[in-house]
Amino acid sequence: MRDAFALYIRYIAIATRAQLQYRAAFVLKVIGYLIATGVEFLGLWALFARFGSLDGWKLPEAALIYGVADVGFGLSDGLGRGLDRFSGLLKAGQFDRMLLRPRSTVLQLLGFDFRLLTIGRLLQGTAVLVWASRFVAWSPASIALLAESFACTCCLFIGIAVLQATSAFWTIESLEVWSAFTHGGNYASQYPMDIYARWFRAFFTALLPLALTSYTPACAILGRAPLDAWHALAPLAGPLFLAASLFIWRIGVRRHASTGS
Amino acid sequence: MPQIVADDLAKAFRVAERSPGMLGALRGLVSRTHKVVDALAGVSFEISAGELVGYIGPNGAGKSTTIKILAGILVPDRGRVEVAGRVPWRERVAHVARIGVVFGQRTQLWWDLPVVESLDMLRHIYKVPAADFAKQRTELVELLDLGPLLDTPVRQLSLGQRMRADLAASLIHAPEILFLDEPTIGLDAVSKLAVRAFVKRLNRERGVTVILTTHDMDDIEALCERVIVIGGGKILSDGSLAELRKRVTRERWLTVDVEDGAEVSDPDATVLRREGNRVCLAFDPDVVAPAELIRRVTSAHAIRDLFVENPPIESIIARLYQS
Amino acid sequence: MNGYLAIVAARFRTLLQYRTAALAGLFTQLFFGFVRIAIFSAFYAASPSSQPMSLPEVVSYIWLGQATLLLVPWRIDEDVLQQIGDGSVVYELARPLDLYTVWFARSIAWRTAPVMLRMLPMFVIAMFVLPHDWALMPPSAAAFAAWLPCFAGAVLVSAALSSLMNVTLMWTLAGQGVPIIIGSLATVFGGLTIPLALFPAWSQPVLYAMPFAGMLDLPSRIFTGNLPPHDALYVIAHQLVWTLVLVAFGRWLLARGVRRIVVQGG
Repeated sequence: MRDAFALYIRYIAIATRAQLQYRAAFVLKVIGYLIATGVEFLGLWALFARFGSLDGWKLPEAALIYGVADVGFGLSDGLGRGLDRFSGLLKAGQFDRMLLRPRSTVLQLLGFDFRLLTIGRLLQGTAVLVWASRFVAWSPASIALLAESFACTCCLFIGIAVLQATSAFWTIESLEVWSAFTHGGNYASQYPMDIYARWFRAFFTALLPLALTSYTPACAILGRAPLDAWHALAPLAGPLFLAASLFIWRIGVRRHASTGS
Repeated sequence: MPQIVADDLAKAFRVAERSPGMLGALRGLVSRTHKVVDALAGVSFEISAGELVGYIGPNGAGKSTTIKILAGILVPDRGRVEVAGRVPWRERVAHVARIGVVFGQRTQLWWDLPVVESLDMLRHIYKVPAADFAKQRTELVELLDLGPLLDTPVRQLSLGQRMRADLAASLIHAPEILFLDEPTIGLDAVSKLAVRAFVKRLNRERGVTVILTTHDMDDIEALCERVIVIGGGKILSDGSLAELRKRVTRERWLTVDVEDGAEVSDPDATVLRREGNRVCLAFDPDVVAPAELIRRVTSAHAIRDLFVENPPIESIIARLYQS
Repeated sequence: MNGYLAIVAARFRTLLQYRTAALAGLFTQLFFGFVRIAIFSAFYAASPSSQPMSLPEVVSYIWLGQATLLLVPWRIDEDVLQQIGDGSVVYELARPLDLYTVWFARSIAWRTAPVMLRMLPMFVIAMFVLPHDWALMPPSAAAFAAWLPCFAGAVLVSAALSSLMNVTLMWTLAGQGVPIIIGSLATVFGGLTIPLALFPAWSQPVLYAMPFAGMLDLPSRIFTGNLPPHDALYVIAHQLVWTLVLVAFGRWLLARGVRRIVVQGG
């Protein structure tokens, strides 16, 4: 396991160097992503500027929700890029090469690419978090919970990316669906979950447990809910989701070996 | 005890059909038809450790499918496969750790990285101990003359250089079996010779089992004592090259570019085709030696250029079908 | 003209092949639409005071935004990038056709086909399938009639923007960052994150001066009736002015870029 992690770090190093080779292009794109993700917060801010409050939520609290969501997603966006590109790999026949190496295919896919540009989203998400944290009473426990939330949200989104890659075994064409769940899910989780209708919340709790990895810990950090066992354990729904996705991925790989598609 | 056993392999693929034009595209929205293609229809052979086997056949004959099954990335519909005591697709990780595969048209190296770093990456992927890696790398670099190329990014390499680097990459982990899929395709003459020389040495000195698929008969001539011919999903011939030759044809082709538009012909040769100033003659080297035929033709006509070659693999296979 | 129609037809055909992709895209936009409506509904429910746009108008506006989303130039034309990258763009210059016009025509084809393929099912679903609170309100006859030319104008602005972005590629292949910036600016300043009318009052003059307003926000307001039909004249004027400005700038930049490439030896 440690050896796999070391290999992954090596992969990231390669991808980073490759991307930094084109310095000017890189900087311009980071600025682009900073703006592209920053405008989402601009929208949130503008809504609060016009309406004042949302269902008992003030702007700084909403900002924390936003920051927690975006940093978690930003991490997965950067780490999971190889999975995004899987369908192209499959078409080009490069997946065969991965099968010919004595390593986990998912590890190789994750290592295949690393989107350094995610720094754009991470920067703005962190900036929002830093601004919002002035209104939060931090403790070692809540900081730990924050880190746990980041990790678990990241796991959840990588799990979605794994499902997206798996679907490429059946049809190369339907991949945009998954961006509904990743970008759409991230967008929905930028706002406090309790403003949504019950069926909406149920979807994000039971099916795509973003509410558990992002909203629930954020509430505990804000002091709106107690920092108890439930709030500490709920985010683990993320890694559980990932484990389930990996199981389905293996089914997909087996099918690929049978049909050679 | 053979190292590789293939017994009655069969594999069929479902291919989606698409109709052309606007109407076809609209119809495609609603329904899709498939047809079934038999890639392999009962393929059997055994290969012992240390053999250098050529695996040839026309396009679509089933070569790639066989290689993929032996490599463990494709599961056959029917049949038994054992490679070094393992069933390839059942023990993927253990199996691929002991084999090397080179695809002629696709590199396994990292595009933006210098060659040496690709090799280093592979060392970690294959978990090769540091001492072994150092030794392997030094030997391979020397054998393949990669010294001056080590710091060059792969994207800047010529095709020939890349192929040599790919060969090194495939052997970093000292596999017992090497699969080469069209390794000389698109290479210049010098690189082809280098690749052939290397493969021969690898097989002779290290005893690496090599299975080579190729369209280039010169590869076969230079390297393989044993040739397996596959066509239409079935084995058409399995034996030495000499046997194959004898079985099918001894024929060779002489192509000449004439200065004038003269009618080139010879009593011992058949004219296969005439295109402008280029004429292709087929002859039996047992009836008239190549040197003699060349002498006759060049003394009778003003020749600008000429070359002698084996008939392409397709014509040999075609004759195998007919016989 | 025939050539241009042929390009559009070919694009339609290609897109029709990817039926699952089309359905997937539709699904994504429906998903996003629902999330957006949920968010706005919550804000509106919490605050009783009147706003420049009513909630039903906002709901319709959101669906229109989703339907015309593909007007936003997120992606650069891959073929053009290739041409500039390997220098074959010089062959285009040797042809008797004006390069900018060719790129502009391509941009129109690239926009029209996908937008229309997405718009039609979105309209049908949003208008007739969804329950009342979540639905796109059908426009009055006058509003619809006023909207059609506005949509055409929006396509022109979008094409001019795309062509301009293609031209910037001549200056720096690193310009792949430019579409991301333009795309995100167009998204927020075209009203796709929140309707421009809901931005703070002091920002309105700035927002409505930009080309993005004419590309997305204004036509949607005509459609929903938030702006009266006769305001369409103002909208079209806004769009035409910006189209002309962007085209002029694009052509000028292209001429400079061509000179630069020729001087550098292609």
